[in-house]
Amino acid sequence: MNIIDARGLSCPEPVILLRRAMASGEASYQILVDNHASRENTTRYAQHQGYQVSVTEAGGVYTLTFTK
Amino acid sequence: MQRKGEKTVIMAAGCVIGVLASLLVFWGNPVNMGFCIACFLRDISGALGFHSAAAVQYLRPEIVGLVLGSFLLAVCRKEFSARGGSSPLTRFVLGMFVMIGCLMFLGCPFRMILRIAGGDLNALFGLGGFVCGILAGVFFLNRGYTLRRSYALPRLEGALFPVLMAALLVLLVAVPSLLRFTEAGGGPGALHAPVILSLAAGLIVGALAQHTRLCMVGGIRDMALFRESKLLLGFVAVFASALVCNLILSAITGASYFNPGLTGQPVAHTDGLWNFLGMLLAGWGCVLLGGCPLRQLVLSGEGNADSALTVLGLMAGAAVSHNFSLASSADGPTANGKIAVILGLCAVAAIACLGTFRKDRT
Repeated sequence: MNIIDARGLSCPEPVILLRRAMASGEASYQILVDNHASRENTTRYAQHQGYQVSVTEAGGVYTLTFTK
Repeated sequence: MQRKGEKTVIMAAGCVIGVLASLLVFWGNPVNMGFCIACFLRDISGALGFHSAAAVQYLRPEIVGLVLGSFLLAVCRKEFSARGGSSPLTRFVLGMFVMIGCLMFLGCPFRMILRIAGGDLNALFGLGGFVCGILAGVFFLNRGYTLRRSYALPRLEGALFPVLMAALLVLLVAVPSLLRFTEAGGGPGALHAPVILSLAAGLIVGALAQHTRLCMVGGIRDMALFRESKLLLGFVAVFASALVCNLILSAITGASYFNPGLTGQPVAHTDGLWNFLGMLLAGWGCVLLGGCPLRQLVLSGEGNADSALTVLGLMAGAAVSHNFSLASSADGPTANGKIAVILGLCAVAAIACLGTFRKDRT
């Protein structure tokens, strides 16, 4: 699975990293973010691309998994 | 479904914000200046004596309210998070140049919308520059521009800026003799709504902007980057509601809150080229910063020390603008201001290139 570490980055950078990764057309991706706006924005972008989203949180870091 | 809900919420919030902006003028703020983050930070710089332009000195409670509204809602929603360390001094410098661009145009992106909603067609030149500036920023974002990562900080670091804002409010209410105020009739600084109304409007708008992530730059930026319309809808809602409210106020009061044209516009000049270039600088700088001046205030309320430093950069930029005669007036731009905007565009271009193409990026 393609894992993107976007911790500490503010929007729109995590979404740009996700878009760049998703250009490879894999079935699943994971991204690590640590702020609410990035979590919302990456979720919105992935849903728009047709991915299902699941989220786990530990120590202020959100791990979002996107699958098709 | 969730995305539709988000759009409805931000449009509703935008409508409330537009109405409040219009009402603040009715309550006493300068015309087309219900909210102007650049002007209000400039007025606060003047009130604190950072510059001595007598016409623009007042401790605007709207700014205090915006930060505290964001802070209180972020704490309630458990979204308050002390963070910082992402190129802080670069952000300070960008903040200074964004302010210089805004004071060339005479308004931040928020006031640009309100000026158009009040019929000031000069602001359309500003809007053109603003869009071009955002597209310039998007060009670099698409090529990997970053100010690098921020890090978790002690909670005090995130709480200090809201505390500073609260302290300013205490100064205004309890010991105003320490501050400088524009004398009645002496300029825009003398025009203001009652403190309690300004503060309440700031608190409401700060909370709404925290909840919705409203950003005047983010709307056009996200549309260009991702064809994502959420933030842009907020931008449009602010404009539409302020326009409708201005028309209603004109009809009810008989005074003119909507005066379409180029000449005779309040706190504005008619130099289209420099209106364009001022907002080109502001738009480009704001994209590199990650958000407009309003968004920087809201983020500083959420505990973001980098945004707090950006706001301090905006205030320093205001002081520099007035101390060195860079700010425009109703008579038009100054020669010093034109040089500063060109230098600002060069500086922003250099920061954009260094943040995009340097080899030591992480």
